[in-house]
Amino acid sequence: MKLLEYQAKEVLSSLGIPIPPGVVARTPAEAVAGFEKLGPVAVKAQVPVGGRGKAGGIKLAKTADEARKAAEQIIGMDIKGFKVPLVYCEAALEIEREIYVGFTVDRDARANILLLSAKGGIDIEQVAEESPESIARLYPNPWRGPMDFELTQLVYDAGLGELARPLSAIIENLYRAIPELDALTAEINPLVVTKKGEVIAGDAKLEVDENAAWRHKDLEERYGGVVEGDPYEVEAKKRGLTYVSLDGEIGIIGNGAGLCMSTLDLVQRAGGRAANFCDIGGGAKAEVVENALAVILMNPRVKGVLMNVFGGITRGDEVAKGLVHARDNLKMKLPLVVRLSGTREEEGRKILKQNGIEPGANAWEAAQKIVELATMETPTPAAARPDLPAEEVTLEHPS
Amino acid sequence: MSILLDASARVMVQGITGREGSFHTEQMQALGTNVVAGTSPGKGGTTHLGVPVFNTVADAVMATGANASGIFVPPPFAPDAIMEAAAAGISLIVCITEGIPIQDMIRVKDFLRGYPSARLLGANCPGLITPGVAKIGIIPQRITMSGPVGLVSRSGTLTYEVGSALSASGLGQSTIVGIGGDPVLGLTFRDVIELFERDRATTHLVVIGEIGGSDEEHAAELLGRGSRLKTVAFISGRTAPEGKRMGHAGAIISGNRGTAKSKEEAFRQAGVAVAETTDEIVGLLR
Repeated sequence: MKLLEYQAKEVLSSLGIPIPPGVVARTPAEAVAGFEKLGPVAVKAQVPVGGRGKAGGIKLAKTADEARKAAEQIIGMDIKGFKVPLVYCEAALEIEREIYVGFTVDRDARANILLLSAKGGIDIEQVAEESPESIARLYPNPWRGPMDFELTQLVYDAGLGELARPLSAIIENLYRAIPELDALTAEINPLVVTKKGEVIAGDAKLEVDENAAWRHKDLEERYGGVVEGDPYEVEAKKRGLTYVSLDGEIGIIGNGAGLCMSTLDLVQRAGGRAANFCDIGGGAKAEVVENALAVILMNPRVKGVLMNVFGGITRGDEVAKGLVHARDNLKMKLPLVVRLSGTREEEGRKILKQNGIEPGANAWEAAQKIVELATMETPTPAAARPDLPAEEVTLEHPS
Repeated sequence: MSILLDASARVMVQGITGREGSFHTEQMQALGTNVVAGTSPGKGGTTHLGVPVFNTVADAVMATGANASGIFVPPPFAPDAIMEAAAAGISLIVCITEGIPIQDMIRVKDFLRGYPSARLLGANCPGLITPGVAKIGIIPQRITMSGPVGLVSRSGTLTYEVGSALSASGLGQSTIVGIGGDPVLGLTFRDVIELFERDRATTHLVVIGEIGGSDEEHAAELLGRGSRLKTVAFISGRTAPEGKRMGHAGAIISGNRGTAKSKEEAFRQAGVAVAETTDEIVGLLR
């Protein structure tokens, strides 16, 4: 889960990292109230994606009127597919210098890496490319975290020795987000040194591991659901599905991320475009299959559904039962092509056949078939088209 | 011949009495895998599927000489199960469990440094199978056939897809290894390819990668330095949209690696044939 800036700052503050005073505003009037409380403010769009400054999502307000206008412009604007739900009005800082500090998972090293650079700010990726030596790095021991002397070394390696004391404390506190919150990435960029010499977080990014949500139920309750995402993704999340919306017309259900991705690739190769990625995962139950189909059919753009299941831990009989049940419950009237293979596939195929669904042979043929069917204007019942193989079953759209 | 798993393996199952543990233990036994023990805390002293059940891995190893383990326990308990197996002297640990928090796996990986003879496969992987001989995990026997092709994959279900196509074409496999799809894993493509390279019974290699991370790039680098294996690579996720990035930290450490394009190019530069669909793999391998 990616936290918004104000949420990330709330968390960092609770870990002992200094943040500027700020106010969350859902309306222009609230932004004005924020100005009256704080004086000159930066009005900042709250979206879980980078590049909002360049997209016009950050404005400086020196008067109440400017704060109102900034909020009017920013709230509701679209930044990289996210509708801005609210702004964060934060006391403007007098910046002396900008530092970069953060950590992330280094997949190659199978470890967390702490990064610190004296060249903070929006051009940090360019810095990384042009002068990688100016970014100091540390791999802390994952059981005990960074030792004091390691942090001191990191700070001196970054050429920031004169700030050793405040920086070591901030980095030590930032690192606590790993053991305490299962954070995967945290970043303060810029970490601002003000003209008065304070060291304070100018921006904050924080991503926590959804696989560890069972350890941190409070985080989801407190911070989840603020951003209005894609409606199908929101519904899928409620139903516990791994689902990503795409902009095509063919609904995809697969088991396993790799198979699901290669199914998208096949549909594109066959000349169609996938409407979604939906991985029903290992051990998929009947209920999961029905949920997946229900979410896909909410999308009126969908003209057909391709289901590709190759079972290992997933059992064909359960998948088939779920599919038949879903069809009956949802009363769809769209073409559906099913490719089912693997563990207990005979039982699965038998169940499909008994219910008038003939399973397809291989993934490529299934992809070509669904693209062909979905591009026909009116779906025709399979029974009335004896020239077509029986694996296309025609179902009613729930709407 | 094979890698990692042969007829001499004395296999145990952690979580043997659970639903998935039971189902797949039976499948493993059906292939002839020598399952000598299981664990299920509190059920020590009982027998399940004809196998003695112990409270701990150390007890199981002491009593049965188990040297390989399949782990089928839920995510909150799986990290400890991996470390328990390593500490008890198990040399091949196969963790099937999906959904383990990444920070737990980072700590587990660090712990395993103290047990250099323990090899971890996974987590979130389908395990491995030496066709006709033995398997640990969930790869269905029916898609396999004994032969000279080494198959290593990050995806579970794509492995079945490709294994099935190879078998249908008469191209049997020496061992099929699913390394798993999590960001922090045990054995990597490189580790497994090095083993296949040394296995004289393996003459061909299929590598099935996917977008994200740079394990495929590292594998390509290794193969580019010279290999006796005729190799075909496939990368899934060419049409997957790029994730919406929030911070810079990922880009700072990984640059442009991780895309399907980067991985395919790395393999081509190494002189490895790249299949555009899984259906092309068999043709390119011959």
